[in-house]
Amino acid sequence: MAQITSVVPVAKMVGANRVIQGHGIVHPLGNPELAPAEEKRLREQILRQALESLQKEAGGEAPQG
Amino acid sequence: MRIVHYLNQFFGGVGGEERADISPQVREGALGPGRLLEQLLPGAQVVSTVVAGDNYAAERLDELKAAVLAQVRDAGAELFVAGPCFEAGRYGVAAGALCAAVQAELGIPAVTAMARENPGVDLYRQALHIVDSGTNAAAMREVVQKMLAVAQKLARHEALGKPAEEGYIPRGVLRDEFVEETAAQRLVKMLYAKTVGEPHESEFTAASFPPIPAPAPVADLSRATVAIVTDGGLVPRGNPDKIAPSAATNWGAYDITGLSDLRGQDYEVSHRGYDTRYVEQDPDRLVPVDALRELEKEGVVGKVYQRFISTSGLANPLANSRRLGREIAQKLKEEKVDAVILVSA
Repeated sequence: MAQITSVVPVAKMVGANRVIQGHGIVHPLGNPELAPAEEKRLREQILRQALESLQKEAGGEAPQG
Repeated sequence: MRIVHYLNQFFGGVGGEERADISPQVREGALGPGRLLEQLLPGAQVVSTVVAGDNYAAERLDELKAAVLAQVRDAGAELFVAGPCFEAGRYGVAAGALCAAVQAELGIPAVTAMARENPGVDLYRQALHIVDSGTNAAAMREVVQKMLAVAQKLARHEALGKPAEEGYIPRGVLRDEFVEETAAQRLVKMLYAKTVGEPHESEFTAASFPPIPAPAPVADLSRATVAIVTDGGLVPRGNPDKIAPSAATNWGAYDITGLSDLRGQDYEVSHRGYDTRYVEQDPDRLVPVDALRELEKEGVVGKVYQRFISTSGLANPLANSRRLGREIAQKLKEEKVDAVILVSA
């Protein structure tokens, strides 16, 4: 599992192993200021990062807190 | 005592979720709960109040920290107060970070308050004295009173009593002390109290987040079935599984067979913790069916799992969240899903 979120510290705190920075709390995979086609590209780009992390060994980082 | 106070947009009286993106604003004097600080402690003066939106705080924490540190320094503050934050997660995380920064970088005592389930607690309870606010904002006066009691002791460099006596959340600090009874005697007393339903306090706090072993990488994504899961509360219009917008007890799986795009008119969001308009306008901003379909067409992923899974991740007791997680994982295993993209608002 890869988690896409805009609040990365919380994801890491609870021990998520593969965390990808989202684009905003209210639109983790979007940006209403972009034209629809551009916005979809942004979404695809973040998704590709998440998919890449799924193919890599995840650092066995211990959760904080 | 000169105080600088931090509030989110809601308690600062600026507005609700629709104003959650406002950048830090410095106001002279006390606002909202800050007035109680002055009322309850003779000689206390809230020199200034910094107000920022919850989303701004979560997304641009470093900038917020810099603004608050500058304000605390310039105001000649002797105490920094943030909150109380109750169950508000983004607010709690920001308040914790700001208090920790003020303490560490300026050496000025800092105090905040939040409910035990607030994510700010696990991030900062070791570094700070976080007063237990409970979940009810109507108890504001009592909470502020406790915060001031803790703050005064911190300011005088006085040793604080135990968490239960002072009202702060256990920090996980062990301190030697002399006791009259042996461990066996204390244990029997505690067991007795527990059996007859009297209050008792454990001397041991279990760690709340055991490490999670990382699953092995996906060997061949181009042959993998990938599922989308979200805790952002996207549901078909009408919310057929009645997923609660707060403290949800269930989750739903919703068919996306043949869909290459999610349309706003077909969905709604059951989540009371963020401004849901953007996702309601275009659900792909949370559940990226359109982009994942493209990647499926290109052969980057083998197959998109035929349903997306959704629940609402807000103000939920940990035990309940863990159960929901286990159930969803079980379902995805049964359905032979190889990889999951979890999107959190």
